[in-house]
Amino acid sequence: MKSDTIAAIATGMTDSGIGIVRISGEDAVMIVDKIYRSKSGKYCFHDFKSHSIHYGYIVNKGKIIDEVMVSLMISPNSYTAEDTVEINCHGGVLMVKNILETVIENGARLAEPGEFTKRAFLNGRIDLSKAEAVMDIIHSKNKFSLENSIRQLRGSVSEIIRELREDIIYEIAFIESALDDPEHISLDGYHERLQEKTESILGRLKKLIDSAENGKIMKEGIHTVIIGKPNAGKSSFLNLLVGEEKAIVTDIAGTTRDVLEESISLNGIQLNIIDTAGIRFTEDAVEKIGVERARKFAKEADLIVYVVDVSVPLDESDYDIIHMISDKKFVILLNKTDLPVLATEDMVRDEIKKRSEKNILPEVRFIKTSMKENEGIDVFEETIKELFFNGEILLNDEVVITNMRHKEAVMDAYESMLQVKESLENNMPEDFYSIDLMSCYESLGRIIGEEIGEDLMNEIFSQFCMGK
Amino acid sequence: MPGLEIKEKVDVCVVGAGHAGCEAALACARLGLETVIFTVNVDSIALMPCNPNIGGSSKGHLVREVDALGGEMGKIIDKTFIQSKMLNKSKGPAVHSLRAQADKAEYSRAMRKVLENQDNLTIKQAEVCDILTDGNRVTGIKIFTGAVYECKAVILCTGTYLKARCLCGEAITYTGPNGLQAANHLTDALVNLGIEMRRFKTGTPARMDKRSIDFSKMDEQFGDKKVVPFSFSTNPEDVQIEQVSCWLTYTNEKTHEIIKNNLDRSPIYAGVIEGTGPRYCPSIEDKVVKFADKERHQVFIEPEGLHTNEMYVGGMSSSLPEDVQLAMYRTVPGLENCKIVRNAYAIEYDCMNPKQLYPTLEFKKIKGLFSGGQFNGSSGYEEAAAQGLIAGINAALSIQGKEQIILDRSEAYIGVLIDDLVTKDNFEPYRMMTSRAEYRLLLRQDNADLRLREKGYQAGLVSKEDYEAMIQKKEMIEKEVERLKKLSVGASKKIQEFLFSKGSSELKTGTNMAELMCRPELSYDILSEIDVERKPLPKDVIEQVEIEIKYEGYISRQLKQVKQFKKMESKKIPEDLDYHDIGSLRLEARQKLIDNKPVSVGQASRISGVSPADISVLLIYLEQFQKKNEKNG
Repeated sequence: MKSDTIAAIATGMTDSGIGIVRISGEDAVMIVDKIYRSKSGKYCFHDFKSHSIHYGYIVNKGKIIDEVMVSLMISPNSYTAEDTVEINCHGGVLMVKNILETVIENGARLAEPGEFTKRAFLNGRIDLSKAEAVMDIIHSKNKFSLENSIRQLRGSVSEIIRELREDIIYEIAFIESALDDPEHISLDGYHERLQEKTESILGRLKKLIDSAENGKIMKEGIHTVIIGKPNAGKSSFLNLLVGEEKAIVTDIAGTTRDVLEESISLNGIQLNIIDTAGIRFTEDAVEKIGVERARKFAKEADLIVYVVDVSVPLDESDYDIIHMISDKKFVILLNKTDLPVLATEDMVRDEIKKRSEKNILPEVRFIKTSMKENEGIDVFEETIKELFFNGEILLNDEVVITNMRHKEAVMDAYESMLQVKESLENNMPEDFYSIDLMSCYESLGRIIGEEIGEDLMNEIFSQFCMGK
Repeated sequence: MPGLEIKEKVDVCVVGAGHAGCEAALACARLGLETVIFTVNVDSIALMPCNPNIGGSSKGHLVREVDALGGEMGKIIDKTFIQSKMLNKSKGPAVHSLRAQADKAEYSRAMRKVLENQDNLTIKQAEVCDILTDGNRVTGIKIFTGAVYECKAVILCTGTYLKARCLCGEAITYTGPNGLQAANHLTDALVNLGIEMRRFKTGTPARMDKRSIDFSKMDEQFGDKKVVPFSFSTNPEDVQIEQVSCWLTYTNEKTHEIIKNNLDRSPIYAGVIEGTGPRYCPSIEDKVVKFADKERHQVFIEPEGLHTNEMYVGGMSSSLPEDVQLAMYRTVPGLENCKIVRNAYAIEYDCMNPKQLYPTLEFKKIKGLFSGGQFNGSSGYEEAAAQGLIAGINAALSIQGKEQIILDRSEAYIGVLIDDLVTKDNFEPYRMMTSRAEYRLLLRQDNADLRLREKGYQAGLVSKEDYEAMIQKKEMIEKEVERLKKLSVGASKKIQEFLFSKGSSELKTGTNMAELMCRPELSYDILSEIDVERKPLPKDVIEQVEIEIKYEGYISRQLKQVKQFKKMESKKIPEDLDYHDIGSLRLEARQKLIDNKPVSVGQASRISGVSPADISVLLIYLEQFQKKNEKNG
């Protein structure tokens, strides 16, 4: 079982100069001891005095990960009033994430949203009057992360997890019904059967861990939404980026009635692109739903790509879109430049100026494109790179964290199955490894947001005929 | 009726004299309270109207725990069993479980004798029809004749008697089990008190005349050669008796065909039965329908006692009509010419939603009103006894102004049982199962005394001698484990030869005796050859030493989990907490918490619909609440 020592990234996951990973709890010092190496290699972390800071390296499996400054605050003189260690590392999403992952692999657990503050309060470090605020933070952060974690899970992954869980619960139910009713259900020869099953489950979990490591479990990346009037060329743009015909492209306005989604990597920057239905006033019920969804996605986007059809004049729908995106980070594609231009860059700029709430013109990037002639896509790619490295668009760190949380859960599940394997090899009785099977089932459930509840009882009674 | 008013004054009234009622009444009387136990029929005290067993998987644990706390069930079955087995012996020690065949009549008689000879206890044959209250406090009961018993606590253990209805096909009688009189008045009184009632159903198979059964077509099932007693106070020598056999036979396609062809005459399938039945003991109709691909089902023929020819047909409970029953039973090998003494039947009864209780088994709404057993929506003699005992102890402690006891999920199966009942949503009669106990490696039947004797002693039900015997045992175990851990074993020639002779791999470096004992092929007993300083120890001490050492890794993992669990259990929620004040709770969670009134944060976390984030919010609120109260003095 994991310790109750928690870890999280204390700074935002931006490309700022430094990042801080904070660890709090009984085992904080012990965990950092395992991964910290002083410059000379002479000093052990646990020998340092409280409230001191030290130069050195974070090392994982013999490899140096980063040069760091590590500070130590011994209980009760820290934010949480527990032993706390802060690792100051080089900034950058990947680096901070790597450090956090190393800390977790060495025995800490990922903090729940608001957990540091919760501990600080429960340990008397925060003023009584702040209690309401603390409760609100926990309430809202958890709500957000729960919704996000399930929504951003890839469909295929939840399918794999569901199948795994079904397989596991069946085995537990079999063992448990035999334990409860030994005269009706026999476990003879079961050992060998489970050994095979265990290998299969371990293999499948290993694959999931690999996917997690490649960021494939979650839709990790910059949340990008393409928006525009019907038939402006949104789907064509997506197809060009992806390089295959995923969206249906016709010249009938309103073809993309639902939402299409693609992951692409531009120069190593992961974009999660959602193509939406065109925005216009419509009476068509189905199309209306699509439009509503498009609005919702635009609201949650990290980056919006607004495709303008320059061959038709700007109209109410364009104004609507401009209003909708005015407080977001966006890029405007002036499309169909191969046709006579009826809407110019200046006209769009004016509208933005008019409708921007702050009355200040944000820095707007215009890119002239022609999907038909495959023009302007390279400029778009360059622009994204610039935006990212200037820190103008950020990764949604919530997603990165959620992905880590999922990975942690899969790792826990894997650990439990290793326990099962070990018990089988040591010829332990069934009731021992049934407990680890249950932990495995529970860990996997965390990913898809399912509690155990009466699952086992239901499985026992539906699959096995009990006696009396 | 002028001049006939009877008014008695006692401390406790126990309603019902089944397995829950008996334990409850004995506990109260033994704790010094004037107690009356009511039963519709004195001849039905401690009746076993269904199977003739005590114990079984996880139920055996309950009996052991009842015994460790100072209850009676274990002692009675040790005196009246006619066959005994330790189940799951090939599996881990945590799931070993005792099960005994009882001589039913002897069991009832022995329990009745204990009740009759108990100081402070009176038996009264009467139907209780009203609960008297003053505000939200219980003040007494009224029986059908009009007599009133004033008291400080009432314990409801009505079993399956409330508005009971028995069904055997089209033949329906409004009686309790075994044709006994039903109790038809109390339900309405309870509803008037605002108690939420529900209707459950259960069933029992036929009993047959032994002389009509051909045992040569069945497999004989023997008891254990060396019997282990249930009670920690029973001398193991006293239970080495001559045992009787049970018999195993099977249903077949013909049986199933008869059942399928007559389903329309089954009250369940015809929709006559309203109550919810338990999934773990399905009727034979259910088995045939739900597990249609199974070619046969086991049937156990079990004696009901030494002085009767009646045999219990385990595995074939039914509510089919008599003619179908006879035809179906007669397809089973060995039962071709069977004569049925008592028909199989289903029974429906009123019980209540146990979420209305605190984990002390006292009603949240009505002070002094306690309940236990099937009335609480459980099933089984052992589950009933366990609840009856806790309800009895707590009724007594509350009258005496002492702190009531709550066993938690890490302390006892009884804790799991009661917590499940009062916290979770139960939609069928609840049966104990080992998989329900998440810390079961710690909750073994072999260590029930070590876990619970102290609690029983504190409550006043366990004698000083029994308590001291346990303390002594505990010390011996600790000392021996420590000795074995410290006893180093070198890689000498003698040791290597010994290991080789036992098929164990040779030592590469020195180790200690405990490490050696962890090897599956070695045991405490085997190691005696190289453990020369060893002093003789009692068998039960050796058993504990061996389990502690051999399974140390697993046990210490569970102990760690228990530590976490206890943290939340020990955070108590004040009874007057107003959840409306906690703005950050999700609406669903708030409603659930208001409805359930959990006593601890731990219990709150087990309510479905309350999320970990809600628990965090609750923790912070409680902290704030407490600090504010401290400030205000």
